[in-house]
Amino acid sequence: MIDIVLRAENLTASYDDHIVVKNVNLSIVRNSITAVMGPSGCGKTTLIRCFNRMHELSPKAKVEGKVYLIENLNGRREEIDIYSVDPMIVRRKIGMVFQKPNPFPTMSIYENVIAGYILNGIKLKKSEADELVEETLRKVSLWDEVKDRLKKKGTFLSGGQQQRLCIARALAMKPDIILLDEPTSALDPVATAKIEELLEQLKNTVTIVIVTHNVGQAGRISDFVAFMYLGELLEYGPTDTVFTRPLNEKTEEFLAGKIG
Amino acid sequence: MASQFIKKLELNKDKIFNLLLVISAFSLLILGVGIFLSLLNASSLALKKFGFSFFSGSEWNPVSEEFGALPFIYGTILTSLISLLISLPFSLAIIIVLGEYFKKGIFAEVLRYLTELIAGVPSVVLGFWGLFFLVPIMREIEIKLGVTPYGVGILTASIILAFMILPYSASIGKDAMRLVPNELKEAAFALGATRWEMIKKVMIPYARSGIIAGVILSLGRALGETMAVTMVIGNYHGIPENIFSPGNTIASIIANEFTEATGEVYLSSLMYLGLTLFLITTIVNLIGRLILKRLQH
Amino acid sequence: MRSYAFRIAKSKIISVILTLVTLISTIPFLLVLYFIVKNGISVINWEFITHLPTPVGEPGGGILNALVGTVILIFIALILSVPFGVLVGIFLAEKSGSKISFFVRMMSEILQGVPSIVVGIIAYLWVVKPMGHFSALSGGVALGIMMLPVIIKSTEEILKLIPVEIKEASLALGVPYYKTILRVMLPAGLSGILSGILAGTARIAGETAPLLFTAFGNPFLNFNILKPISAMPLLIFNYAISPYEDWWAKAWGASCILVFFVLTLNVITRLISSRK
Repeated sequence: MIDIVLRAENLTASYDDHIVVKNVNLSIVRNSITAVMGPSGCGKTTLIRCFNRMHELSPKAKVEGKVYLIENLNGRREEIDIYSVDPMIVRRKIGMVFQKPNPFPTMSIYENVIAGYILNGIKLKKSEADELVEETLRKVSLWDEVKDRLKKKGTFLSGGQQQRLCIARALAMKPDIILLDEPTSALDPVATAKIEELLEQLKNTVTIVIVTHNVGQAGRISDFVAFMYLGELLEYGPTDTVFTRPLNEKTEEFLAGKIG
Repeated sequence: MASQFIKKLELNKDKIFNLLLVISAFSLLILGVGIFLSLLNASSLALKKFGFSFFSGSEWNPVSEEFGALPFIYGTILTSLISLLISLPFSLAIIIVLGEYFKKGIFAEVLRYLTELIAGVPSVVLGFWGLFFLVPIMREIEIKLGVTPYGVGILTASIILAFMILPYSASIGKDAMRLVPNELKEAAFALGATRWEMIKKVMIPYARSGIIAGVILSLGRALGETMAVTMVIGNYHGIPENIFSPGNTIASIIANEFTEATGEVYLSSLMYLGLTLFLITTIVNLIGRLILKRLQH
Repeated sequence: MRSYAFRIAKSKIISVILTLVTLISTIPFLLVLYFIVKNGISVINWEFITHLPTPVGEPGGGILNALVGTVILIFIALILSVPFGVLVGIFLAEKSGSKISFFVRMMSEILQGVPSIVVGIIAYLWVVKPMGHFSALSGGVALGIMMLPVIIKSTEEILKLIPVEIKEASLALGVPYYKTILRVMLPAGLSGILSGILAGTARIAGETAPLLFTAFGNPFLNFNILKPISAMPLLIFNYAISPYEDWWAKAWGASCILVFFVLTLNVITRLISSRK
């Protein structure tokens, strides 16, 4: 039995009656990397923003359909309809990393890692916080680089380091899924490679869904690929399969670079 | 030949124009320096007579020619600080409301106009209104509190001052809030913060220097404000005992006594006060603008 | 950790409280407007704006001297500050990076922050003292000094907004520099300069302190700029602190006219700049 962590059923999202995501049915596999791809404007960013309920923050935004988060708690399987609980609960279980690295400039590196706790008003004991910060920064391979400068503000870090800090910030909340919206498009190739390596390590502890328009990146790191075109999910399957034998004509064109 | 002549003429005109621009620029500098030097010159008599003890002298007596500025420094500092304190909570509320909750739309625009237009009401009109509306109310309150019901006084002046400086700190602070990048707000939401938590822990720290600059600039205005304060502060020469007692600020004593000042020392002392006010407000304003400039980069 | 429901409720309650506080902060403005209109509107009639003040105690009369005086003072201030201010503004826009423009800009900002009463002292020292008596000219000088930074800033800002291509197109056609500025750039930036003039006028129309010992006031109509002159804010001040009820009433009427004049200018200025 494949272990599904997120299931979207007939998901439709619109801005001001302009439909951006059409009737998407998608099941994300736990502890895998799923790449959501497609040409600009195909709805991929909107799709993942429906998963952490950020889409509804935009004016005149509407979401129809269902999205279920499936958790394994103490061996019991529990399905949560994310649109029927508080959005804040959802956002703590499903984290997000954005295209442009955005560490909070008024917080130190230390504070940025546990920003989710600070903002939510969750008080951590100093020892707990110290441990969490070190553990998380080690996971994103930043610990050695910043351990002497934890109290400094994060703005002096390079773009790649800032983005890893943002991943750490999301990781510290111990989510089930991390959504990444084109996380390396603003970074240089070396930094990009480091982050791709990081994501491959992280998938054992957390499910990764990454929006990317970089076919090479999807091919390199993803286990599953979802191809979107004009708001519709045209194809979804294991990366190897989709890349070598795409079923849909549009998928093939995109992979060949004919549409972008 | 003719075209060459015209070209030369035009070149000369260009040179003249450039010269004109440079002269204007220098003239402005001369104007500013001239203001300082004139004030210095006019205060020289008092400077020589009193020196820095001018500021510790608590007696302002035109008859005996003893001039001490302490009562007015008290009055200026008290009214400025109290008015800042009164306006601060309202300023913060407006900053948050117009900087985040209502940024676009008719309600936002109307609210913006309503909070900013009071800056356009002339000081003398506000003082007039204060005299006939606020002072009687203060009298009632003072009677209930058991203090001498002057009506006018430091507190009354501070309240009107608070009305006048509010639009300045609110407007600058609101602009600072609107500059907060969207990505930061989104990052906070993505971590599960509520709107208020995002405002308190992300927006306000980010906009902090702009907000402070706005406060400093409104302080600068409070220090130099003359007419409304003159009309409701009560024109008392001594050091005010409490906030209900009448007093004077540096600006108001000049306004009250300048035209009646007889005697060189008297006039020079008023000039000395003017010089002091000029220096204080200039420094405060420059600090405020420095912070603002740092913010824009 | 607090429950989500609590945090969301707290966020909503705070937003309501803050909005209420903001609405409360608009009350003083509305109160002032209400008071002024209530007390002033009944005073304003044809006689009010066309007649001179009558001696104290005699009924009737108007504020013509103050109306005319304000207009004349604004005129003088405009003549003194607009050409000067525009030139400085052009300088700052054209030679923006240079060291001297840093100081000039700083000086303009210093001038903007000088308290109005200090400006009055300066005009007194520079004009009243040498002349030996109060005059409209000295009042105009004081108001002109106050208007200067506003003109400078708005000129510089609007000129900087004009795309550099326009200037280059003109120069490329062989148009000399000074003509490019005067015939091409300034007209292109007219809206900004105009809004600066309007904003500056709104500000100085209501200023009293600089006029206390320069223009000084005059119960009669005066067109001679070398003589003392009345002005709306001066009249309001003198009448307001007087013990005569009739004068208070007139002061309300004058306040009404002055406030609406200033507010209208402010609103027009905003409309022009938001159109930019």
